[in-house]
Amino acid sequence: MTSAVRGRSRRGTASRGVPYLFLAPAVLLFTLFLLLPIGYAVYLSLRRVKVSGLGLGRGSRTEIFAGLANYRAALSDPELWSSAVRVLAYGALLLPTMLGLALLFALLLDRPRVRLRRFARLAIFLPYAVPGVIASMLWGFLYLPAVSPFTDLAGRFGLPAADPLSGDSVLFAIVNIGVWGGVGFNMIVLYTALRAVPPELYESARLDGCGEWQLAWRIKIPLLVPALIMTTVFSLIATLQVFTEPLTVRSLTNSISSTWTPLMKVYRDAFAQNDLYSAAASSVLIALVTLVLSVGFLRLAGRRSFGGEQQ
Amino acid sequence: MRRARTAWLPTAVLVLGAVYCLLPVLWVLVAATKSGSSLFTTFTFAPGGDLVANLTDLSGYGGGLYWRWLLNTVLYAGVGGALSALVSGLSGYTLAKFRFAGRDALFTILLAGVLVPGVTLAIPQYLLLAEAGLTDTYWAVLLPSIISPYGIYLARIYAAAAVPDTVVEAARTDGAGEWAIFRRVALPMMAPGLVIVFLFQFVAIWNNFLLPFVMLSSDRRFPVTVGLFTLLNQGQTVPALYRVVITGVLLSVLPLIALFLSLQRFWRVDLMSGAVKG
Repeated sequence: MTSAVRGRSRRGTASRGVPYLFLAPAVLLFTLFLLLPIGYAVYLSLRRVKVSGLGLGRGSRTEIFAGLANYRAALSDPELWSSAVRVLAYGALLLPTMLGLALLFALLLDRPRVRLRRFARLAIFLPYAVPGVIASMLWGFLYLPAVSPFTDLAGRFGLPAADPLSGDSVLFAIVNIGVWGGVGFNMIVLYTALRAVPPELYESARLDGCGEWQLAWRIKIPLLVPALIMTTVFSLIATLQVFTEPLTVRSLTNSISSTWTPLMKVYRDAFAQNDLYSAAASSVLIALVTLVLSVGFLRLAGRRSFGGEQQ
Repeated sequence: MRRARTAWLPTAVLVLGAVYCLLPVLWVLVAATKSGSSLFTTFTFAPGGDLVANLTDLSGYGGGLYWRWLLNTVLYAGVGGALSALVSGLSGYTLAKFRFAGRDALFTILLAGVLVPGVTLAIPQYLLLAEAGLTDTYWAVLLPSIISPYGIYLARIYAAAAVPDTVVEAARTDGAGEWAIFRRVALPMMAPGLVIVFLFQFVAIWNNFLLPFVMLSSDRRFPVTVGLFTLLNQGQTVPALYRVVITGVLLSVLPLIALFLSLQRFWRVDLMSGAVKG
């Protein structure tokens, strides 16, 4: 779809250097803040500190090449494994719930004869305006038994009050924050895709007596597959990096350890324990897993998304 | 065919979803009117009469520190988003409208940046900026926020769709310089699309907690998210601060919600084409 302007010389055409000059700011920033940091993280992950003598004074601590030792240590670290398993459980709960609700709401918004459409669309989209920290504070307070309306209501009816912040249920509490924050944006993405479909496509199906649910199932959902793939990949990348929500809720409960998610562990290792090398190794591992999962998913989904746009 | 009757079940489900999404926002509206003790003793949605006292306490905290955090947030997200839209616009225009060696490879590499998780970047970015002596400055948060692979991707699509080759060629024949063509011809044509890039990046920066959390140590430079987070942490030992936090949360959420509602016509998001429909 792009027929580009040829780079001839002289008046009426661009000189050859111009495109490179125009791309220079992006390439410079990309190199400085993406490529270089990635390279540096990989480099750090292969190093360690060697302490000689008593480890006192300058020069007694030197950085040496460590090979894959940091990776071996990370892979045999039970804390990293349990945080990884926790994030997988978090993702397994969050992704289907959030995307399923987003799809449901988008399909309902797209149905004829629905009232309060505008109100519902805005209200459900609203949490996208609320940053993760703030969302976690809002829900975090609502989870506190002393504040929660649910505790209060349960008390009035003489029911036992569940504490969402205790023990295992804290996982669901964190998932809920993710669902709340993410459902609206994904709904808008899917709804936009639905609006782009010419209505004539549905008319003949309706004339043939096809009900709205059948229409959704047989025509709309298949049309949404590319948009669903993109929302899944973006959500997957965000899910594996979950950090802000548990870190914030941690201020209100003891049920969340400082290594609750892999990124929390990376943060603790790097900044609380000053062990940059194992933190770098863990973060490279997380990045690799993210990359493998998202590229694998795109492959599996048949490259219907970004691949089709490049030309 | 029968005339439009309301589809009750779909409407009910949507309203339920809306209530779920509004609930925490309604709560903070009510909670910000409560005194410290009634926060934990009265029913969740029973309002109190202490909003003014809470606002005074919030304003007074650290000598007006909260207002500074709000200003910082506007600065980080606003300036960062604007610079990002500009850089993305220029790159997208170049990738769409010029043919040059290495174009496709460059685009693919830039696009792959979408998949890079921020985790991998936070620590080395911190260390590199520390080498440059830039940690705990506004630059430490602004500079890494400008590059947006997704923004470049969107801008390229907008440029391809909105800027006709003939217009660019005509401007060249008239002897206009390349920068002038971009600045005066292409940029205005791409403007509606670049507003979307700006909004995306604005929200992304405002949402990015890890970067300022890692980079900044003096509370005068915090954005409101990091500021409130530190307050909440102190609340563990000084529960009176919870009131301040809740009022602060309310004040930070309201302007953004207002901004969203006023810009809602822009929020028709097609992730693949970034199209603005409507």
